[in-house]
Amino acid sequence: MDTRTFFLYAVAGVVLFGIGFHGILFCRNLVRKVLALNLMGAGIFLVFVALSTRAPSGTPDPVPQAMVLTGIVVAVSATALMLALIRRLYRETGFTELPCDLED
Amino acid sequence: MDSSGWAVGSRLGAVLIAVIVGLVGYAVWTFPSEFSGLSDHAIAELQHAGTSNPVTAVLLNYRSYDTLLEMAVLLLAVLAAWALVGGGVNEVCLVSEVSNPVLRGFVRVMTPLSILVSAHLLWLGDHAPGGAFQAGAILASAGVVLFMAGIDWSHKLPAWLERVLLTIGLFAFTGVGIVLMLTGRSFLEYPPATAKWLILMIEVFCGVSIAAALVSVFLGGRLRSRQTVLKKGS
Amino acid sequence: MPLEVDAAMMGLVCVPLTAALLVFLTSTRAVAAWTMVTSAIQFGLATWLTYGVLHSGPLQYQIGSWTLPLGITLHADGISTLMIWMTSLVGGASTIYASGYLSALRRGSKLPVDARLVPAFWPLWLILWAALNALFLSGDLFNIYVTLEMVTLSAVALIGLAGRERALVAAMRYLIAAMTGSLLYLLGVGLMYAAYGTLAWDRLGGLVQADGPTLCAASLMTAGLLVKTALFPLHYWLPDAHANAPAPVSGVLSGLVLKGSFFIILRLWLYIFFPLLPIRAGQLLCGLGMAAILWGSCQAIRQQRVKQMIAYSTVAQIGYLFLIFGIWDGWETGLAWRGTGYFMLSHACAKAAAFMVAGSLMYAVGTDRLEDWAGIGRREPVLVFAFGLAGVSLMGLPPSGGFIAKWLLLNAAVAGGHWMPALVMIVGGLLAAVYVFRVIAVSFSDQESSQSIVPVPLALRWPPLLLALTMIVFGVLTTQPIRLLEIGTPTTAVAEVSP
Repeated sequence: MDTRTFFLYAVAGVVLFGIGFHGILFCRNLVRKVLALNLMGAGIFLVFVALSTRAPSGTPDPVPQAMVLTGIVVAVSATALMLALIRRLYRETGFTELPCDLED
Repeated sequence: MDSSGWAVGSRLGAVLIAVIVGLVGYAVWTFPSEFSGLSDHAIAELQHAGTSNPVTAVLLNYRSYDTLLEMAVLLLAVLAAWALVGGGVNEVCLVSEVSNPVLRGFVRVMTPLSILVSAHLLWLGDHAPGGAFQAGAILASAGVVLFMAGIDWSHKLPAWLERVLLTIGLFAFTGVGIVLMLTGRSFLEYPPATAKWLILMIEVFCGVSIAAALVSVFLGGRLRSRQTVLKKGS
Repeated sequence: MPLEVDAAMMGLVCVPLTAALLVFLTSTRAVAAWTMVTSAIQFGLATWLTYGVLHSGPLQYQIGSWTLPLGITLHADGISTLMIWMTSLVGGASTIYASGYLSALRRGSKLPVDARLVPAFWPLWLILWAALNALFLSGDLFNIYVTLEMVTLSAVALIGLAGRERALVAAMRYLIAAMTGSLLYLLGVGLMYAAYGTLAWDRLGGLVQADGPTLCAASLMTAGLLVKTALFPLHYWLPDAHANAPAPVSGVLSGLVLKGSFFIILRLWLYIFFPLLPIRAGQLLCGLGMAAILWGSCQAIRQQRVKQMIAYSTVAQIGYLFLIFGIWDGWETGLAWRGTGYFMLSHACAKAAAFMVAGSLMYAVGTDRLEDWAGIGRREPVLVFAFGLAGVSLMGLPPSGGFIAKWLLLNAAVAGGHWMPALVMIVGGLLAAVYVFRVIAVSFSDQESSQSIVPVPLALRWPPLLLALTMIVFGVLTTQPIRLLEIGTPTTAVAEVSP
């Protein structure tokens, strides 16, 4: 493998992160926001893994890999909480987007 | 904000984010192409780690504290869904073809196979990619697929068992840590002779809890399905 | 081997976590009592740890006996011990308060909380407590990420317990903001590890260089944590989230949860990044802090609902914490450092007390509209007195912890010739006086409100007073907290090495 291949993967991760970031800020639908959040997370994990392949021995550094596994579980939990909140919000109000202003 | 203002904001945001992406991309570019990080340390200590898979060693030994807290995060998600949604089978189940005999037959073959694969992955984690989370995810997917085929397997689960399954991983993890501490070692410092078996035990219990948690989240926070909701759809 | 004092660190994480599991598993009726026992144990452990740190200096605990850089080390230095002790104090008072609040709910009071969700409260609260302790002790950047997520998820779930539309929307907005913040922080952590091969903050302090990846990581991590700390103008999620949560949760959110992410900013900047960053970066944070003080205070004055007002007051008070980056006077003088540490302590107690009073009076009157509180001071003098004491601390008047904190910060600003922050601090104190006195004046006004007033149970009356009085005690007895804050700072570390 070319020694700079890691860079391609890492940059792809950064771009995914950017797309997700944009989605979080500018998608109004809450489920899309959840997807954007996961995209952002996936991008970060790709950066972690890509940068861990630079070990001279050839075996990737296990520490970032383990951190990604932990990070995935955290992301799953956060996604679950968000979806639960969305379900409850929908049941209570019928909203699928966050309202700009609420009446008192 | 009206929709045109929103669109302008969205474009400006895109430009700003592109700049951020460019800066981070540049930072990544400046990294040297060879960097060992902690891999030398991690592999050098592997003989004392009780496992020959470096990733498992990091997850359950060197940085086991992270994994312990991660289990707590997963439990939090279940607790939150439990409180906010309060159980009930997901809408996905209601639209699935509950009477499809092919689907049911397929699922009946696949479920034991999934359980087997899950157990295998758990065992494999000791020396190859695999481990508690992967095993738990496969086990959970088996449980979810059963629901999607209209097979309600968890409504007869006793209430206490539901809670035990959800918490047993975290109990085992903290329990091992505290017991080791009481024997004069530090928290989660496994004795070299039993490290392998302690890790395996923690992984088994965590795998069960992870699977239970993932299914619970799918079912709106409760592992015990509510049959009434399911009947409405069938 | 007997358990040493450094084992108390592990206990501070494991005890509430195990208690949360037991509470969830057994779901007995005596849950509140068990949580109070846990709180007492926590308070004991925190005091033990504080005593240990005061007498034998900063402590470290290597989990699994793995040494750095491979393992995770817990650090108990002065500031983290102070934060933990503060958490156990505010947490203990909140536990007593919450038990009163939830049993009031069970009796069918008109508090704005969904009674069906009550059983979930205790395990979530205990996990939040464990997460806060873990956060303050953590010595590892990735571990901090996990604890931050634990804090966020439990806090969001606790806000959601209010169960009404406004609370759910606020919880959602908070969750999205906080998750985005966490992910920005996580990317920064990834870059730091890829650049230096370690995640321990005390190691990184000696390694970092001002190159592209480091500056990128510093900006990403700081930006993420600023969202979580709700520094102006990223505070948009805070007022609704804190005002619509159940009252015991509001106090904990404002008093403790925000301190968690600010504590990490403090660690990152002062222990790792500060020497690298241009002086403008610190001035930027300081400027935003000043804007937060003015904007938050003015908004607080405009509010008609008391909980919303207290939440905006938090936006303002967060501003004071960020002044440190503009008026920093080094570790040797350490006025800004001590002032900020003291500010965190005093704000936690005062703000938790203020939110508790608001919750109790909401119980008594049925709303938190200020006009409905007319004349409440004659019916509930203890609560209004507690609010007044908390207000004294928020304004920064003597004798209160808030006064000591502001005095130290003001001294640092004046000694360094930073007139703007000093001026803003004084103006901020005056603005705080306006909104505090507005509440007091209405409470003691002659006209009686038309609302019927329900008598407040004991558990809703005394915890806020306890916290407010503690704040007065810290306005008089300042030696121990100040001494604690000096333990484990870089200067003392150097002084210990060179005889």
